[in-house]
Amino acid sequence: MLGAVTLDGTAVSVRGLLKRYGERTAVAGVDLEIPRGEVFALLGPNGAGKTTTVEILEGYRSRDGGEVSVLGVDPAHATRPWRSRVGIVLQSVTDLSELTVAETVRHFAGYYPSPRDPDEVIATVGLSDSADQRARLLSGGQRRRLDVALGILGRPELLFLDEPTTGFDPAARRLFWDLVEDLAHEGTTILLTTHYLDEAERLADRVGVIAAGRIVEVASPAALGGRQHAEATVSWTDPDGSRRSLRTAEPTRAVSELAATFAGEIPDLAVTRPTLEDVYLAMVGAQ
Amino acid sequence: MTASVTQEAGRLPGTWSIGLRRVQIELLQFSRDREAAFFTMLLPVLLLVVFGSAFTGDVAPGVPFSQYFLAGMLASGIVYTSFQNLAISIPQERDDGTLKRLQGTPMPSAAYFLGKVGLVLVIYVVQVVVMMAIGVTLFGVHLPSTAADWWTFTWVSVLGLVCCTMLGIAFSSVPRSGRGASALVSPIVLVLQFTSGVFFQFDELPHWMQQMAALFPLKWLCQGMRSVFLPDSFQRQELAGSWELGRTALVLTVWSLAAVVLALRYFRFRRRDDN
Repeated sequence: MLGAVTLDGTAVSVRGLLKRYGERTAVAGVDLEIPRGEVFALLGPNGAGKTTTVEILEGYRSRDGGEVSVLGVDPAHATRPWRSRVGIVLQSVTDLSELTVAETVRHFAGYYPSPRDPDEVIATVGLSDSADQRARLLSGGQRRRLDVALGILGRPELLFLDEPTTGFDPAARRLFWDLVEDLAHEGTTILLTTHYLDEAERLADRVGVIAAGRIVEVASPAALGGRQHAEATVSWTDPDGSRRSLRTAEPTRAVSELAATFAGEIPDLAVTRPTLEDVYLAMVGAQ
Repeated sequence: MTASVTQEAGRLPGTWSIGLRRVQIELLQFSRDREAAFFTMLLPVLLLVVFGSAFTGDVAPGVPFSQYFLAGMLASGIVYTSFQNLAISIPQERDDGTLKRLQGTPMPSAAYFLGKVGLVLVIYVVQVVVMMAIGVTLFGVHLPSTAADWWTFTWVSVLGLVCCTMLGIAFSSVPRSGRGASALVSPIVLVLQFTSGVFFQFDELPHWMQQMAALFPLKWLCQGMRSVFLPDSFQRQELAGSWELGRTALVLTVWSLAAVVLALRYFRFRRRDDN
């Protein structure tokens, strides 16, 4: 209810964020603006400052400089009311192993002012059949969904998902993506970090690439690195069996010209543009 | 009506109500954690049975060793359930992400500590009942018969639990990892038990050992418990020739205050390598 009043506006605002560990500068002036309701994916290689940035936003870490506002509050001064509006799904925790799914979710519901119904949350994350199972016995994917259940239990306006599908099998990953999309449709702002570019492409409205402690680019997955304007590659197989390809800004014309030189089908015809992975690797490799 | 209900629903739960939920969840987890159950509950009972069976002589005319040993084991029970339990389990919770997760929720930190205090209190009470039952049925121990003795038993227990709970919370920041915690904590407790007169009669220990033990709470807890379980004539065998209950209260209070200061200064929610 409270969220509806301030639905328009900014969920996360970061200016000139700095963080040093001793001599090493982990975050060297990150700027970031995430409007409410957006799914934002932060991409970057290990050690680029991704987790540090996110943990500063979550109120876990102190910073050495810059301005940070998360839901209108500086997370360095996190209060209980602010905590109740933010959901956090951490990387690789192994706690609560001796409690069942239902016991855990019911317990944590008691921390929030107006929590979702625990049984509904368990159903939402697809754990109804494992509700009475101890967390220790859950599969990696189920365990992660329990973490998400605890993250969304308090009806957060902003949800942090830190590498949520690491170690998932493809089917579990699809299920998880559906869940995140449902949350996004309900209006939850989501800040996701991931190593999987297909995940970012599927879920994120915008992606930000971080490398060496700086944001290199922020764009929609389709437009990152000028992808949508990039030259296409047309490739086919010649009658002598050799593989041919050409790069062109006009793939349609290239294909129709090609079609004229062949009697029927063009063997092994493919028209491709650089994948998100291609532009991402070019970006972080250039750093 | 509707408005007040909505407001009610939107209010953050209080520290005490969350603290109570923490006590429940702590007890549930403890009851399912075999290692903790062994070290905290079963070990003292086992020691009581083994020592009670092995040493059957009298420590003074008409005072069987089991009477002396039960007092020492009850004092040890305070240390097991509070100091040893927390100094081992909190580092483990720091390692497995429990504390980090809790820190990311609107749970007030005080509720976490209330949960620990409740856990310590409940397992101590259970342990006392079990050990007294074993002492009475197996070894013919006489329980205190006067209200004054039970009062001493109560305040020594409470003050000891407060002191050792605080020390456990403060000490939880010392081990580098959860796995190393029990290797660090158990020997400390064991050495203190040997030097404080749990396993051996305190008045037969070397003088320097008695002096050293007197710096730590366990010696005073044992002495307080002896005042409850042994006849007053036994006072003559105490170092000072009396039970020194006033000094016991003083030492435990000073340790409690020091532990609070240390806990406030050094308690960490995060692993050392995690910030």
